[in-house]
Amino acid sequence: MAGDESVNSELVEAHFKPGPPLWLLLELTYRCPLHCAFCYNPTDFARSGPELTTEDWLRVLREARALGSVQLGLSGGEPLAREDLEVIVAEAHRLGFYINLITSGVGLNESRIRALKAAGLDHIQLSFQDSSRRMNDFLSSTRTFDLKFKAAALIKQYDFPMVLNVVLHRLNIDHVEEILGMADRLGAEYVELANTQYYGWAWRNRRQLMPSRQQVERAEDVMRRFRERAGRPMRIYFVVPDYFERRPKACMNGLGSIFIVITPDGTALPCHAARMLPGVEFPNVRSARMAQIWFESAGFNHFRGDDWMKEPCRSCPEKARDFGGCRCQAYLLTGDAANADPVCDLSPHHHLVKSAAAGAEESHAEEKPLIFRSISASLTP
Amino acid sequence: MNDRSIDAASRPAIERHFRLQWESVQNAHVLLYPEGMIKLNGSAGEILKRCNGRATIAQIIADLEDAYTTTGIASSVMAFLILAVEKRWLVMNP
Repeated sequence: MAGDESVNSELVEAHFKPGPPLWLLLELTYRCPLHCAFCYNPTDFARSGPELTTEDWLRVLREARALGSVQLGLSGGEPLAREDLEVIVAEAHRLGFYINLITSGVGLNESRIRALKAAGLDHIQLSFQDSSRRMNDFLSSTRTFDLKFKAAALIKQYDFPMVLNVVLHRLNIDHVEEILGMADRLGAEYVELANTQYYGWAWRNRRQLMPSRQQVERAEDVMRRFRERAGRPMRIYFVVPDYFERRPKACMNGLGSIFIVITPDGTALPCHAARMLPGVEFPNVRSARMAQIWFESAGFNHFRGDDWMKEPCRSCPEKARDFGGCRCQAYLLTGDAANADPVCDLSPHHHLVKSAAAGAEESHAEEKPLIFRSISASLTP
Repeated sequence: MNDRSIDAASRPAIERHFRLQWESVQNAHVLLYPEGMIKLNGSAGEILKRCNGRATIAQIIADLEDAYTTTGIASSVMAFLILAVEKRWLVMNP
Protein backbone atom coordinates (compact mmCIF):
# COMPACT_ATOMS: atom_id res chain seq x y z
CA MET A 1 0.00 0.00 0.00
CA ALA A 2 2.98 2.27 0.47
CA GLY A 3 3.21 2.47 -3.31
CA ASP A 4 -0.37 3.76 -3.53
CA GLU A 5 0.37 6.47 -1.01
CA SER A 6 3.35 7.75 -2.96
CA VAL A 7 1.21 7.95 -6.11
CA ASN A 8 -1.40 9.93 -4.20
CA SER A 9 1.10 12.38 -2.79
CA GLU A 10 2.51 12.93 -6.28
CA LEU A 11 -0.96 13.79 -7.52
CA VAL A 12 -1.45 16.24 -4.69
CA GLU A 13 1.94 17.81 -5.33
CA ALA A 14 1.08 18.34 -8.97
CA HIS A 15 -1.58 20.90 -8.04
CA PHE A 16 -0.78 24.49 -7.13
CA LYS A 17 -0.72 24.51 -3.36
CA PRO A 18 -0.95 27.94 -1.76
CA GLY A 19 0.92 28.70 1.44
CA PRO A 20 -0.86 29.83 4.60
CA PRO A 21 -2.98 33.01 4.73
CA LEU A 22 -0.36 34.77 6.86
CA TRP A 23 -2.20 38.11 6.86
CA LEU A 24 -5.78 38.17 8.11
CA LEU A 25 -7.67 41.46 7.96
CA LEU A 26 -11.03 41.72 9.68
CA GLU A 27 -13.15 44.65 8.59
CA LEU A 28 -15.31 44.52 11.70
CA THR A 29 -17.80 47.17 10.61
CA TYR A 30 -18.49 49.72 7.89
CA ARG A 31 -19.71 52.17 10.55
CA CYS A 32 -17.34 55.12 10.78
CA PRO A 33 -17.59 58.59 12.29
CA LEU A 34 -15.41 59.99 9.46
CA HIS A 35 -16.46 60.74 5.89
CA CYS A 36 -13.14 60.53 4.05
CA ALA A 37 -13.36 61.26 0.35
CA PHE A 38 -10.58 58.69 -0.37
CA CYS A 39 -11.96 55.79 1.69
CA TYR A 40 -11.31 52.44 0.00
CA ASN A 41 -14.55 50.91 1.36
CA PRO A 42 -17.05 50.07 -1.38
CA THR A 43 -19.21 53.05 -2.34
CA ASP A 44 -22.34 50.93 -1.80
CA PHE A 45 -21.31 49.93 1.75
CA ALA A 46 -24.68 51.10 3.12
CA ARG A 47 -26.38 48.25 1.21
CA SER A 48 -24.19 45.66 2.96
CA GLY A 49 -25.94 42.95 5.00
CA PRO A 50 -25.87 42.65 8.79
CA GLU A 51 -22.50 42.55 10.58
CA LEU A 52 -21.11 39.27 11.85
CA THR A 53 -21.73 38.49 15.50
CA THR A 54 -19.00 38.25 18.14
CA GLU A 55 -19.19 34.44 17.98
CA ASP A 56 -18.72 34.51 14.19
CA TRP A 57 -15.57 36.63 14.50
CA LEU A 58 -14.13 34.41 17.24
CA ARG A 59 -14.70 31.32 15.09
CA VAL A 60 -13.00 33.03 12.12
CA LEU A 61 -10.01 33.79 14.36
CA ARG A 62 -9.72 30.20 15.58
CA GLU A 63 -10.02 28.69 12.11
CA ALA A 64 -7.59 31.16 10.53
CA ARG A 65 -5.00 30.68 13.26
CA ALA A 66 -5.12 26.93 12.70
CA LEU A 67 -4.31 27.60 9.02
CA GLY A 68 -1.27 29.67 10.01
CA SER A 69 -2.60 33.24 10.00
CA VAL A 70 -0.41 35.26 12.34
CA GLN A 71 -0.61 38.96 11.45
CA LEU A 72 -4.07 40.23 12.30
CA GLY A 73 -5.45 43.60 11.24
CA LEU A 74 -8.60 44.92 12.90
CA SER A 75 -10.07 47.58 10.68
CA GLY A 76 -13.34 48.84 9.22
CA GLY A 77 -14.90 51.41 8.99
CA GLU A 78 -13.89 52.32 12.49
CA PRO A 79 -13.22 49.15 14.51
CA LEU A 80 -13.74 51.02 17.80
CA ALA A 81 -17.41 51.27 16.80
CA ARG A 82 -17.67 47.56 17.70
CA GLU A 83 -18.37 47.22 21.42
CA ASP A 84 -16.92 43.70 21.39
CA LEU A 85 -13.51 44.82 20.10
CA GLU A 86 -11.85 43.96 23.41
CA VAL A 87 -13.37 40.45 23.37
CA ILE A 88 -12.09 39.89 19.83
CA VAL A 89 -8.61 41.18 20.77
CA ALA A 90 -8.46 38.96 23.85
CA GLU A 91 -9.27 35.82 21.86
CA ALA A 92 -6.81 36.76 19.12
CA HIS A 93 -4.11 37.28 21.73
CA ARG A 94 -4.86 33.94 23.36
CA LEU A 95 -4.47 32.29 19.95
CA GLY A 96 -1.05 33.90 19.33
CA PHE A 97 -1.86 36.54 16.72
CA TYR A 98 0.15 39.75 16.43
CA ILE A 99 -2.71 42.24 16.62
CA ASN A 100 -2.76 45.56 14.74
CA LEU A 101 -5.60 48.00 15.37
CA ILE A 102 -6.16 50.29 12.39
CA THR A 103 -8.12 53.28 13.64
CA SER A 104 -9.05 56.92 13.13
CA GLY A 105 -8.60 57.35 16.89
CA VAL A 106 -12.19 58.51 17.25
CA GLY A 107 -13.59 56.70 20.28
CA LEU A 108 -10.21 55.87 21.78
CA ASN A 109 -10.54 57.06 25.37
CA GLU A 110 -8.45 56.05 28.36
CA SER A 111 -10.73 53.28 29.61
CA ARG A 112 -10.81 51.62 26.18
CA ILE A 113 -7.07 51.80 25.56
CA ARG A 114 -6.44 50.36 29.02
CA ALA A 115 -8.83 47.49 28.26
CA LEU A 116 -7.22 46.90 24.85
CA LYS A 117 -3.77 46.78 26.44
CA ALA A 118 -4.97 44.29 29.01
CA ALA A 119 -6.58 42.19 26.27
CA GLY A 120 -3.22 41.90 24.47
CA LEU A 121 -3.35 44.39 21.59
CA ASP A 122 0.15 44.76 20.10
CA HIS A 123 0.12 47.86 17.93
CA ILE A 124 -2.02 50.80 16.86
CA GLN A 125 -2.05 52.44 13.44
CA LEU A 126 -3.53 55.92 13.78
CA SER A 127 -4.69 57.80 10.71
CA PHE A 128 -4.42 61.53 10.15
CA GLN A 129 -5.80 63.19 7.05
CA ASP A 130 -3.24 65.98 7.12
CA SER A 131 -0.82 67.92 9.32
CA SER A 132 -3.13 70.92 9.40
CA ARG A 133 -6.38 71.12 11.33
CA ARG A 134 -8.16 72.81 8.44
CA MET A 135 -7.33 70.13 5.85
CA ASN A 136 -7.63 67.19 8.28
CA ASP A 137 -11.12 68.28 9.23
CA PHE A 138 -12.11 69.17 5.66
CA LEU A 139 -11.00 65.83 4.20
CA SER A 140 -12.77 63.76 6.87
CA SER A 141 -15.73 66.14 7.01
CA THR A 142 -15.46 66.14 10.82
CA ARG A 143 -13.77 68.08 13.62
CA THR A 144 -11.37 65.37 14.69
CA PHE A 145 -7.89 66.89 14.45
CA ASP A 146 -7.48 67.66 18.18
CA LEU A 147 -9.04 64.33 19.06
CA LYS A 148 -6.37 62.52 17.06
CA PHE A 149 -3.63 64.29 19.01
CA LYS A 150 -5.22 63.06 22.22
CA ALA A 151 -5.39 59.53 20.78
CA ALA A 152 -1.70 59.71 19.82
CA ALA A 153 -0.76 60.78 23.35
CA LEU A 154 -2.74 57.87 24.82
CA ILE A 155 -1.06 55.41 22.45
CA LYS A 156 2.37 56.55 23.65
CA GLN A 157 1.28 56.68 27.30
CA TYR A 158 0.21 53.03 27.07
CA ASP A 159 3.48 52.12 25.35
CA PHE A 160 2.09 50.82 22.07
CA PRO A 161 4.27 51.08 18.99
CA MET A 162 2.52 53.57 16.71
CA VAL A 163 2.25 53.75 12.96
CA LEU A 164 0.99 57.11 11.87
CA ASN A 165 -0.85 56.74 8.58
CA VAL A 166 -1.63 59.51 6.14
CA VAL A 167 -3.26 58.93 2.77
CA LEU A 168 -1.62 61.28 0.25
CA HIS A 169 -3.31 63.01 -2.67
CA ARG A 170 -3.47 66.32 -4.49
CA LEU A 171 -4.82 68.26 -1.51
CA ASN A 172 -2.21 67.27 1.11
CA ILE A 173 0.82 65.88 -0.73
CA ASP A 174 2.56 69.27 -0.56
CA HIS A 175 2.55 68.94 3.25
CA VAL A 176 4.77 65.86 3.49
CA GLU A 177 7.50 67.79 5.33
CA GLU A 178 4.99 68.97 7.95
CA ILE A 179 3.40 65.52 8.18
CA LEU A 180 6.78 63.90 8.87
CA GLY A 181 7.55 66.58 11.44
CA MET A 182 4.21 65.97 13.16
CA ALA A 183 4.80 62.20 13.25
CA ASP A 184 8.23 62.79 14.75
CA ARG A 185 6.86 65.09 17.47
CA LEU A 186 4.11 62.59 18.30
CA GLY A 187 6.72 59.85 18.79
CA ALA A 188 5.59 57.52 15.99
CA GLU A 189 7.85 54.53 15.37
CA TYR A 190 6.65 54.31 11.77
CA VAL A 191 4.99 56.68 9.31
CA GLU A 192 2.97 55.29 6.47
CA LEU A 193 2.69 57.73 3.57
CA ALA A 194 0.12 55.99 1.46
CA ASN A 195 -0.46 57.52 -1.92
CA THR A 196 -4.13 57.16 -2.75
CA GLN A 197 -5.06 53.91 -4.43
CA TYR A 198 -8.03 54.53 -6.66
CA TYR A 199 -10.78 52.18 -5.51
CA GLY A 200 -14.07 52.80 -3.71
CA TRP A 201 -14.61 56.44 -2.80
CA ALA A 202 -11.19 57.41 -4.09
CA TRP A 203 -12.16 56.06 -7.53
CA ARG A 204 -15.26 58.23 -7.45
CA ASN A 205 -13.11 61.26 -6.57
CA ARG A 206 -10.12 60.33 -8.70
CA ARG A 207 -10.01 63.52 -10.75
CA GLN A 208 -10.00 65.73 -7.66
CA LEU A 209 -7.49 63.59 -5.71
CA MET A 210 -4.90 62.90 -8.42
CA PRO A 211 -1.71 64.88 -7.76
CA SER A 212 0.48 66.25 -10.51
CA ARG A 213 3.76 64.55 -11.39
CA GLN A 214 5.59 67.59 -10.04
CA GLN A 215 3.81 67.22 -6.68
CA VAL A 216 4.71 63.53 -6.50
CA GLU A 217 8.37 64.15 -7.30
CA ARG A 218 8.61 66.96 -4.75
CA ALA A 219 7.08 64.76 -2.04
CA GLU A 220 9.45 61.89 -2.80
CA ASP A 221 12.36 64.30 -2.61
CA VAL A 222 11.24 65.61 0.80
CA MET A 223 10.89 62.04 2.04
CA ARG A 224 14.36 61.06 0.83
CA ARG A 225 15.94 64.04 2.57
CA PHE A 226 14.02 63.32 5.77
CA ARG A 227 15.22 59.70 5.73
CA GLU A 228 18.84 60.82 5.35
CA ARG A 229 18.82 63.21 8.29
CA ALA A 230 16.39 61.43 10.64
CA GLY A 231 18.05 61.51 14.05
CA ARG A 232 15.50 59.19 15.60
CA PRO A 233 14.64 55.70 14.43
CA MET A 234 11.38 56.55 12.69
CA ARG A 235 10.75 54.37 9.68
CA ILE A 236 8.80 55.47 6.64
CA TYR A 237 6.54 53.08 4.73
CA PHE A 238 5.80 54.52 1.33
CA VAL A 239 2.89 53.30 -0.77
CA VAL A 240 3.86 54.30 -4.29
CA PRO A 241 1.63 56.47 -6.47
CA ASP A 242 1.30 53.77 -9.09
CA TYR A 243 -0.34 55.94 -11.73
CA PHE A 244 3.07 57.57 -12.11
CA GLU A 245 4.98 54.29 -12.43
CA ARG A 246 5.85 52.16 -15.46
CA ARG A 247 5.47 48.78 -13.78
CA PRO A 248 2.52 47.68 -11.63
CA LYS A 249 2.62 46.90 -7.94
CA ALA A 250 2.83 43.22 -6.96
CA CYS A 251 -0.69 43.58 -5.58
CA MET A 252 -1.22 41.38 -2.48
CA ASN A 253 1.84 39.41 -3.61
CA GLY A 254 -0.61 37.76 -6.01
CA LEU A 255 -4.26 37.23 -5.08
CA GLY A 256 -4.80 34.28 -2.74
CA SER A 257 -1.12 34.05 -1.86
CA ILE A 258 -0.78 35.45 1.70
CA PHE A 259 -3.70 37.79 2.35
CA ILE A 260 -7.37 37.34 3.23
CA VAL A 261 -9.89 39.96 4.27
CA ILE A 262 -13.28 39.33 5.85
CA THR A 263 -15.82 42.11 5.28
CA PRO A 264 -18.38 43.15 7.93
CA ASP A 265 -21.04 40.85 6.44
CA GLY A 266 -18.67 37.85 6.38
CA THR A 267 -17.63 37.83 2.73
CA ALA A 268 -14.08 36.55 2.32
CA LEU A 269 -11.98 38.37 -0.29
CA PRO A 270 -8.39 38.01 -1.55
CA CYS A 271 -8.00 41.82 -1.48
CA HIS A 272 -9.88 44.77 0.02
CA ALA A 273 -11.61 45.73 -3.22
CA ALA A 274 -12.09 42.34 -4.93
CA ARG A 275 -15.86 42.24 -4.44
CA MET A 276 -16.18 44.49 -7.50
CA LEU A 277 -14.70 41.82 -9.80
CA PRO A 278 -17.51 40.46 -12.00
CA GLY A 279 -18.02 36.77 -12.63
CA VAL A 280 -16.14 35.68 -9.51
CA GLU A 281 -18.14 34.36 -6.59
CA PHE A 282 -16.64 35.00 -3.17
CA PRO A 283 -17.45 32.75 -0.21
CA ASN A 284 -18.88 33.81 3.13
CA VAL A 285 -17.68 32.71 6.56
CA ARG A 286 -21.30 32.18 7.64
CA SER A 287 -21.56 29.19 5.31
CA ALA A 288 -17.97 27.97 4.79
CA ARG A 289 -14.99 27.14 6.97
CA MET A 290 -11.81 29.18 6.54
CA ALA A 291 -9.90 26.14 5.22
CA GLN A 292 -12.51 25.58 2.48
CA ILE A 293 -12.48 29.28 1.68
CA TRP A 294 -8.71 29.50 1.42
CA PHE A 295 -7.89 26.26 -0.35
CA GLU A 296 -11.02 25.24 -2.26
CA SER A 297 -13.25 28.21 -3.08
CA ALA A 298 -13.53 29.41 -6.66
CA GLY A 299 -13.13 33.01 -5.47
CA PHE A 300 -9.69 32.35 -4.00
CA ASN A 301 -8.46 30.02 -6.76
CA HIS A 302 -9.57 32.18 -9.66
CA PHE A 303 -6.46 34.40 -9.83
CA ARG A 304 -3.90 31.97 -8.41
CA GLY A 305 -1.05 30.87 -10.64
CA ASP A 306 -1.01 32.35 -14.15
CA ASP A 307 -3.62 30.38 -16.14
CA TRP A 308 -5.97 33.36 -15.98
CA MET A 309 -3.44 35.76 -17.55
CA LYS A 310 -3.74 37.32 -20.98
CA GLU A 311 -1.00 38.78 -23.10
CA PRO A 312 1.24 40.67 -22.61
CA CYS A 313 1.43 39.17 -19.07
CA ARG A 314 1.23 35.49 -20.02
CA SER A 315 4.55 35.45 -21.87
CA CYS A 316 6.18 38.21 -19.83
CA PRO A 317 9.40 37.35 -17.96
CA GLU A 318 8.36 39.76 -15.19
CA LYS A 319 5.07 38.01 -14.37
CA ALA A 320 6.62 36.18 -11.43
CA ARG A 321 7.59 39.52 -9.92
CA ASP A 322 4.39 41.57 -10.22
CA PHE A 323 1.73 38.92 -11.03
CA GLY A 324 0.32 41.25 -13.69
CA GLY A 325 -0.39 43.96 -11.10
CA CYS A 326 -3.78 44.74 -9.62
CA ARG A 327 -6.90 42.88 -10.84
CA CYS A 328 -9.26 45.57 -9.57
CA GLN A 329 -7.33 48.29 -11.37
CA ALA A 330 -7.34 46.24 -14.57
CA TYR A 331 -11.12 45.83 -14.27
CA LEU A 332 -11.88 49.45 -13.35
CA LEU A 333 -9.80 50.88 -16.18
CA THR A 334 -10.21 48.30 -18.95
CA GLY A 335 -13.42 46.44 -18.08
CA ASP A 336 -11.62 43.07 -17.92
CA ALA A 337 -10.00 41.86 -14.69
CA ALA A 338 -7.74 39.45 -16.61
CA ASN A 339 -6.00 42.22 -18.54
CA ALA A 340 -2.60 43.54 -17.52
CA ASP A 341 -2.80 46.29 -14.92
CA PRO A 342 -2.65 49.35 -17.20
CA VAL A 343 -0.05 50.94 -14.92
CA CYS A 344 2.38 48.73 -16.87
CA ASP A 345 3.74 50.51 -19.92
CA LEU A 346 3.64 47.18 -21.78
CA SER A 347 -0.16 47.17 -21.44
CA PRO A 348 -2.08 48.22 -24.55
CA HIS A 349 -4.26 50.25 -22.14
CA HIS A 350 -1.39 52.18 -20.53
CA HIS A 351 -2.61 55.41 -22.15
CA LEU A 352 -5.64 55.33 -19.78
CA VAL A 353 -3.35 55.69 -16.77
CA LYS A 354 -1.19 58.27 -18.49
CA SER A 355 -4.14 60.43 -19.44
CA ALA A 356 -5.64 60.20 -15.91
CA ALA A 357 -2.31 61.30 -14.42
CA ALA A 358 -1.90 64.01 -17.03
CA GLY A 359 -5.40 65.31 -16.26
CA ALA A 360 -4.04 66.49 -12.92
CA GLU A 361 -1.77 68.96 -14.70
CA GLU A 362 -4.80 70.93 -15.84
CA SER A 363 -5.72 73.87 -13.65
CA HIS A 364 -9.46 73.13 -13.53
CA ALA A 365 -8.96 69.75 -11.87
CA GLU A 366 -10.59 70.83 -8.63
CA GLU A 367 -13.72 72.36 -10.10
CA LYS A 368 -15.91 69.36 -9.35
CA PRO A 369 -16.65 69.04 -5.60
CA LEU A 370 -15.46 66.01 -3.63
CA ILE A 371 -18.02 63.35 -2.80
CA PHE A 372 -17.59 62.51 0.88
CA ARG A 373 -18.21 59.01 2.18
CA SER A 374 -21.64 58.91 3.80
CA ILE A 375 -24.65 56.63 4.05
CA SER A 376 -26.75 58.89 1.84
CA ALA A 377 -24.03 59.19 -0.84
CA SER A 378 -23.61 55.43 -0.61
CA LEU A 379 -27.25 54.91 -1.52
CA THR A 380 -27.02 57.30 -4.50
CA PRO A 381 -25.60 55.82 -7.70
CA MET B 1 25.67 51.19 29.58
CA ASN B 2 26.20 51.72 25.91
CA ASP B 3 23.92 49.37 24.01
CA ARG B 4 25.86 49.88 20.77
CA SER B 5 29.09 48.20 21.87
CA ILE B 6 28.87 44.44 21.71
CA ASP B 7 31.22 41.96 23.31
CA ALA B 8 31.09 38.50 24.86
CA ALA B 9 29.75 39.91 28.14
CA SER B 10 26.83 41.73 26.51
CA ARG B 11 23.34 40.42 27.27
CA PRO B 12 21.13 40.66 24.18
CA ALA B 13 17.34 40.87 24.33
CA ILE B 14 14.61 41.09 21.71
CA GLU B 15 13.72 44.76 21.18
CA ARG B 16 10.43 45.44 22.95
CA HIS B 17 8.51 46.27 19.80
CA PHE B 18 9.37 42.94 18.22
CA ARG B 19 7.97 39.60 19.23
CA LEU B 20 9.74 36.29 18.62
CA GLN B 21 7.41 33.36 18.15
CA TRP B 22 7.49 29.76 16.90
CA GLU B 23 5.05 29.20 14.03
CA SER B 24 4.41 25.50 13.53
CA VAL B 25 2.62 25.95 10.19
CA GLN B 26 5.73 27.70 8.81
CA ASN B 27 8.02 25.37 10.75
CA ALA B 28 10.07 28.42 11.71
CA HIS B 29 10.61 31.12 14.27
CA VAL B 30 9.28 34.49 13.16
CA LEU B 31 9.80 38.05 14.35
CA LEU B 32 6.56 39.99 14.47
CA TYR B 33 6.31 43.78 14.44
CA PRO B 34 3.74 46.39 13.36
CA GLU B 35 2.23 45.15 10.10
CA GLY B 36 5.20 42.93 9.33
CA MET B 37 6.88 39.61 9.88
CA ILE B 38 10.37 38.22 9.33
CA LYS B 39 10.65 34.48 8.85
CA LEU B 40 13.91 33.32 10.41
CA ASN B 41 16.06 30.45 9.24
CA GLY B 42 16.94 27.70 11.70
CA SER B 43 20.19 29.19 13.02
CA ALA B 44 18.76 32.69 13.41
CA GLY B 45 15.81 31.28 15.33
CA GLU B 46 18.04 29.21 17.62
CA ILE B 47 20.20 32.24 18.41
CA LEU B 48 17.36 34.71 18.94
CA LYS B 49 15.34 32.43 21.20
CA ARG B 50 18.29 32.45 23.61
CA CYS B 51 18.42 36.28 23.67
CA ASN B 52 16.44 36.77 26.87
CA GLY B 53 18.28 39.76 28.35
CA ARG B 54 19.89 37.57 31.04
CA ALA B 55 22.30 35.28 29.17
CA THR B 56 25.57 36.81 27.96
CA ILE B 57 26.75 36.29 24.41
CA ALA B 58 29.47 33.97 25.74
CA GLN B 59 26.83 31.87 27.49
CA ILE B 60 24.62 31.81 24.40
CA ILE B 61 27.50 30.59 22.24
CA ALA B 62 28.41 27.92 24.79
CA ASP B 63 24.81 26.80 25.00
CA LEU B 64 24.52 26.54 21.20
CA GLU B 65 27.81 24.62 20.94
CA ASP B 66 26.54 22.29 23.64
CA ALA B 67 23.11 21.81 22.04
CA TYR B 68 24.53 21.08 18.60
CA THR B 69 27.76 19.37 19.77
CA THR B 70 29.90 21.68 17.71
CA THR B 71 32.62 24.31 18.22
CA GLY B 72 34.01 27.35 16.45
CA ILE B 73 30.68 29.11 15.86
CA ALA B 74 31.53 32.25 17.90
CA SER B 75 32.40 34.51 14.97
CA SER B 76 29.34 33.64 12.91
CA VAL B 77 27.03 34.03 15.93
CA MET B 78 28.61 37.41 16.68
CA ALA B 79 28.21 38.51 13.06
CA PHE B 80 24.52 37.63 13.19
CA LEU B 81 24.04 39.45 16.51
CA ILE B 82 25.63 42.61 15.11
CA LEU B 83 23.31 42.41 12.09
CA ALA B 84 20.31 41.89 14.40
CA VAL B 85 21.24 45.02 16.38
CA GLU B 86 21.62 47.00 13.16
CA LYS B 87 18.14 45.86 12.15
CA ARG B 88 16.90 46.83 15.64
CA TRP B 89 15.67 43.31 16.39
CA LEU B 90 17.95 43.20 19.43
CA VAL B 91 19.10 45.55 22.15
CA MET B 92 22.03 44.94 24.47
CA ASN B 93 21.92 44.95 28.27
CA PRO B 94 18.30 46.11 28.66
